[in-house]
Parts: sequence; C-alpha cells; structure tokens
Amino acid sequence: MSAITISDTESPPAEENYLSAGHTVRSWLLTTDHKRIGILYLLSILIFFAVAAVAAGLMRMELLRPHGWFILNETYNKLFTLHGVLMVWFFLIPSIPAVLGNFVIPMMIGARDVAFPKLNLLSWYLFMVGGACVLYSIIVGGVDTGWTFYTPFSSTYSNTHVILMAAGIFIAGFGSILTGLNFIVTIHTMRMPGMTWFRMPLFLWSLYSTSLILILATPVLAITLALMALERIWHIGIFDPKLGGDPILFQHLFWFYSHPAVYIMILPGMGVVSEVISCFSRKEIFGYHWVAFASVAIAVLGFLVWGHHMFVSSQSIYAGMIFSVLSFMVSIPSAIKVFNWTATLYRGSISLQTPMLYALAFIGLFTIGGLTGLFLAALAVDVHLTDTYFVVAHFHYIMVGGMVTGFMAGLHFWWPKMTGRLYPEKPAQLAALIIFIGFNLTFFPQFIMGYLGMPRRYHNYAPEFQIYHILSTAGASILGVGYLMPVIYLIWSLRYGKIAGPNPWRACGLEWETSSPPPVHNFDQPPALPVKPYDYDTEADYG
Amino acid sequence: MPGFLFPNAATEHARNVDWLFLCLILISAFYLAVIFGPMAFFIFKFRRGKKADRRPIRIKTWKIEIIWTVIPFFMMMGIFAWAADLYYQVERPPANALEAFVVGKQWMWKIEHAEGNREINELHIPLGRSIKLTMTSEDVIHSFFIPAFRVKQDVVPGRYVTEWFHPTKVGTYHLFCAEYCGANHSEMGGGIIVMKPEDYAAWLSAGAPRDSLAASGEQSFRNLGCSGCHMGNSVIHAPRLEGVYGGPVPLVTGQIVTADDQYIRDSILLPASQIAAGYSNAMPTFQGRVSEEQLVGLIAYIRSLANKNPPDNTIP
Repeated sequence: MSAITISDTESPPAEENYLSAGHTVRSWLLTTDHKRIGILYLLSILIFFAVAAVAAGLMRMELLRPHGWFILNETYNKLFTLHGVLMVWFFLIPSIPAVLGNFVIPMMIGARDVAFPKLNLLSWYLFMVGGACVLYSIIVGGVDTGWTFYTPFSSTYSNTHVILMAAGIFIAGFGSILTGLNFIVTIHTMRMPGMTWFRMPLFLWSLYSTSLILILATPVLAITLALMALERIWHIGIFDPKLGGDPILFQHLFWFYSHPAVYIMILPGMGVVSEVISCFSRKEIFGYHWVAFASVAIAVLGFLVWGHHMFVSSQSIYAGMIFSVLSFMVSIPSAIKVFNWTATLYRGSISLQTPMLYALAFIGLFTIGGLTGLFLAALAVDVHLTDTYFVVAHFHYIMVGGMVTGFMAGLHFWWPKMTGRLYPEKPAQLAALIIFIGFNLTFFPQFIMGYLGMPRRYHNYAPEFQIYHILSTAGASILGVGYLMPVIYLIWSLRYGKIAGPNPWRACGLEWETSSPPPVHNFDQPPALPVKPYDYDTEADYG
Repeated sequence: MPGFLFPNAATEHARNVDWLFLCLILISAFYLAVIFGPMAFFIFKFRRGKKADRRPIRIKTWKIEIIWTVIPFFMMMGIFAWAADLYYQVERPPANALEAFVVGKQWMWKIEHAEGNREINELHIPLGRSIKLTMTSEDVIHSFFIPAFRVKQDVVPGRYVTEWFHPTKVGTYHLFCAEYCGANHSEMGGGIIVMKPEDYAAWLSAGAPRDSLAASGEQSFRNLGCSGCHMGNSVIHAPRLEGVYGGPVPLVTGQIVTADDQYIRDSILLPASQIAAGYSNAMPTFQGRVSEEQLVGLIAYIRSLANKNPPDNTIP
C-alpha cells in the first residue's frame, strides 16, 4: 500500500456518482443501474446467507452429541433442507454473478450498462419473490425433503410445505435465466470497439460460461420441480411407482440441472481468482487462452456428468462407467487452471494483500475439493463414499472453500470501486486467516468420518464418530467469527475507510479507469483500451 | 491396511477398495506437492520488494500446457479403469450365493432368508459364503449401506436391486440407511452379524421357520387365487408357470424378455404391461392387494418351478 499515493484531486468526493445520484428508497427499488442492482443483490444474499448460516450453526451444535440434545429429528431435517436450499439457490448461485458480475461486467467491456437494464431489475424482483416464498415456507413450518427433493419422498410422503418452497426456487430460477441471458447479450453486443474476445478479462470468460449454463440448465430444474408438484397436487404418476412413475427419472432430471449448477457455483470464483492473481503478482496471467477455454470446457463437459450422482441408484453399470470416465475428464480443465495460476506467480511481484490471500486460499481449498472429487468419480470408491460425510466435505471444499472464498476475494478487490473507500488491511488479513483455519477444521474431519462410514443427513449417529463432530463444530465456531469480522470492518470502512481513488491496486482492466465510485454512466470519457488484457509490466514496476 | 486410518474391513472387496483409496491419497499428495511446493517457493522468492529475476519467460508455454494436460489425463484414465473393474465385480453377484430378501420401509429393514427365517434390522450370515440380497422398498428410496464391506445400494420402490458380499471376518458390523428417507432416517439401521458356519446353522434351525420362502410363496399363490388360472384345468387360458423363470418369454408385441424377478413382479402388479404371446389381457392387477413380502414369496415359489415341466395334459 505504501507504494500507492492517493491524491484527492483524482477523485473529488463531491463528484456525482452512482451512489449519490439518489438517496430515496424509490431511487433504489426502481433503479435500472447495473451497479445499484449489484448492491441490491449484495444486501439480499447476505440476509439469506445469515439465515442459512444460523441453520448450519444449530446443526453443528446439535451434532456435538451422538443422540442429540435440543432438536427433534423433524427439526433437524428441516434445518439441513433450509441450509441447502438457501445456500445453493439464494446465496451461491447469485453470489459472484449477480453481485460482482452485475457490478463490473459492463465496466469491464467499456459499456454504460447491461443490454437489458429493466430485465436486470426484473431478475432481482423474481429473486426476491422466490426468496420470500422460501422464507415464508420456513415460517409456516418448514420443509423436510433435503435440497434435492428426491421423489417419491417429496412428491408423496413428505407432510411439509414442499410446494411453497419449490415454487420459490422455480420463481427465482427465472431470475437466474434472465441474468444469464442479459450477460450473454451484453458480452456479445456491447464490448467497446477494439475489445475482441481475446482481449477480455478472464472474469468475463468465466461469467460467459456460467451464463450459458444458467440459461441451458435452469429451465430443466423448473420443469423437474413442476413435474414433482403435478404429482404432489394432482397425483399424476410421473415419479412414484405406485402411480406408475419412475423415481430414478427424477434424479436424472434433477442432476441434469444440478450438476451443471455446481459449475455455476465455481466458474465465477475461478474468474475472480484469475483477476486477483495477476493483479497482485503484477504479471500477465500464464496461459490466457488455456484458462479461457478451460472455462468453456468445464461448462460443456459439466452437462455430461450428471449420472455420477447415481452410481448406486440402480442405473445401468455401463452408464455408470461412461459417467465416471467423463467425470475424470472434467477434472482436466480444472487442473489446467490451477497449474496456470501457480505458474503466474513465477517471476511475479507478489504482495499478500487480502484479495490475494483469499485467491491463494481458493487455489488451496479448491484443489483439495477437486482432488477428493477424483475419489468420488472412481466408481468402486464412490459406492462406499456416496451419501457419507466425505461427500459433504468434498462439496463444501468446492462451494465454501472455493466459491465463498472467491466471493470474498472479489468483494475485497472491488470494494474500493463499489464504495470509493478502502477496507482496513490488517483486520481483513486476519479475518482471511481465521476463515482459512476455521474452514479446514470444520470440514477436514468430515473426510475422515465419511470414509469411516458416517452417513450424511444423520441426526443421531454411532458414538465412534463423536470426536470428528466435536472437531467440526469447533471449526465452525471459528469460521463463524471469521465471517462476522468482514461484516464489521466493511461497514466501518463505508464511513472511516481511506479514500480509494480510481485504481488503488494499480490494476489493469477498464473498470479501474473510471472514478470510484463510478459515475452513473460508468465513464466520463471513453476509456483507453490497453493492447492486451493483464498488461502488467512486472520488471519496470518492481524489478 | 493400517487400522487407525481405515475402517474395519470384513471382505476381500473392502480391502481392494482400501488399496485404491490409498493410491488416490498418494496421487493427491503428489498433486498437492507439485502445486503448493512451487507456490510457496514463488511467494517467498518473488515477494514484492525482494530482489529477484523478473524478466519475462522466454520458453514456449504451450509445451508446458501440453505436459500438465496429458500427464493428469493418463493418471485419471488409470484410476478410472481400476475403479471400474472393482465396481463391475461388486455390482454382479456370483451364481452360487446364498440368498436373502430385503424390504425397506420407513424406518426399518425387513429381511427374509431363502430358508424362511425372518428378521428385522439384523442380518445373520455365515462366514466364507457369498451372500446375495434382492431388495425393494415399500415406500420411498432407502439405501442399504454396510461400511465394513464397502458396499451400498439404493433400495428403490417398484424395482428389485441386488447387493452382494463375501464376508471374511466374524463380527457385528453397522448397517445404515444411506439415502435420506424422512423423519427417522438416522435410526433406520442395525447390524450385520457374520457367524461361523456352524453357529449360523444353529441360528437358522433355532429360528425354526414353519416354511421356506418358496413354500410360503406357494401358500400365497393359492390364497390369492393365482392357482385357479395358472394351475389345474381352468377354462381361462393362462400360461403355466413351470419352467418359466429365467427363460425367454416372447410377448405379444414381438419383444422377447427374460423372466427375472422384475418381470414376475411387473406381471403381478401391472399384468397388462407385458402380455406373453398367445395370451390375452385377462389377468386383474394385484397392485395394493399383495404386500412386498408376499411378492418376494411368490417370486421364490415361481423360481422353484424353474426346473419343472408342465403336466402333459395341459395346453402349453
């Protein structure tokens, strides 16, 4: 930081910007400014995150003892359903795309807004209506199906508010589809003259791939939930064998959406890491084209591996083999990305500021999550591991260790752009460290107890697993502290943080060429397009 | 296998899975070393403000990219083949296995041995024999998971699935339901008790079942009225069931299906769906009139007729 001087003349605080353009509630709720919509999403997903995190905290407390001590079986089942539904659809999926993507995509390509600003606002309203349905279903009694809604349990046997919660997801799904559509059209049609596809920052490649998945996969989820509701309400036999249906069909449809959805929950994080690693190494990303095409490869291959959730479901063993080999193949582009990020560090000029700490943590945790994915893709090993805590640990390493860490990296990286102020560096670095330690203590023991045979979604468990649950709960407590710290210091920084200036990181990228916070139409003068993305000159800077 | 890391292994298959698991751990350690070793070194060596050689790299990067694409690819394919081979073995029961039938329901496992012994949430089996379970569910999807054998199979309503194992160690092992099935999912379990063959024989005779599974199936066959059409000299033209099981059945549609457990089940519950060639759609459905246990008995009975021939005086 000491190398960076900030003069107030660069960014006079009195200047008109997107935040000062209107202070009424109406000016926020009827805004079509992509930056304000990004902020609306940020506030909403934090509320959903908080509710889902409380559910997780209650479950971890309850699991301290093998036979429970303050929660009923039914309540426990509702808690993990609530945790899964809110975290997947109302935090992870919108986190980077709808918050950071909305905020920076138009600026990164030198545009004034997204292609369809009103549609963008409609996406947020759909998201909020969906979220309200889900919260309401919790208030009136909750849902006990798990976030996967497996039939015939969800369609026939559950006595909870399944339809209400499914309706919430169904409605929010349309918000996702419109966001994906908006991003694709924006990236195709609104790039400034001279910004060719291979001059785009890698964040855009990753969000472009994410958007493809959003518009191709989300409709399948809507269809699946609608069919489940048809069976539940009018007893039309689709999934329940007693009505002539096939319960495995539901799993095929559900995972045809939900496996690609896993990549919705990781590709944007990879995009953030590509930006942050190159900026804080002051070096062009290693293998730009390989990283860019790896995103597209992940998006495409991600559609072909859904059956790996079903190796023991009684699907054909030959189908299992095809899905297994494709799952191993989808690990290759992910590995390419990790190798390229590591190689980017070579001969860089590395500073370990908070976004960089999170980006490095992302690489570490994502790699562990990815490697344990190989265990689960290996057929005979998966037969033992599926539906145990090993799976729980694996996907938390990807989704929390990966995506949430990536989101934290991006939030800290673009925070000065969003607010015009810097977050305080030392507390932020400390929080990153606490989150890293707490996360590993929470989820690493779960790999071990998973291999030892502890099934997931178990309220009561065999006593030999207790020690691992205690470790996990201890880790979750530390993790909770780690997540509270940014809430405090980021709010503090809104008022007391140092004025950031247009480009506090001296980062490349068009979003850094405008003032912070940016004016309503993003650029007062057309930005100057650099000859290539990541045009850092390491040697001249610090050599 | 070291016991502190690996759970109890009570079958040959469990030990095979452990070796593969160990190999995956070593591969993971290799990757962690090649990623985080250099990463730690670079962060140390190229820390901002530290003197270092930061000139641009002059080598062809695509060669490096090819290396770190191709090497992992071949490692992945090797692991795939190893794991697929083990999976193929564990998904295909041997022909000479002892048999038991399992019905899952919210929230218990009901088990019936071929000899007729019944138990709930426990399965007694002899050491050194292959055991084949044929399973179905009365309500939602369950999953029959025995960690010590490294086997798991979802138990799906409306179909028969199989699971098999060959225990090599006497003991009592956990049985868990691994597919979320509602309020008391975590209590839906019990024990697998592996006994010495002589102890098992004693256990079987102490249980003193009145009838074997096939015999109780024959009883149901009469009680439900099946025998009225499928046996004796009924005026209704219905297929005789001797010698049917396991063989090919030509259907009116021209298809030929194998008369396995699933076919017999579907013929009882959904008789109109697969009509044997030469017959008409005369049989009523038994959906809702026959329990999963009765179905299992009926199938065992029809299977016991597999090697018999129909009497000569009946129309084939």
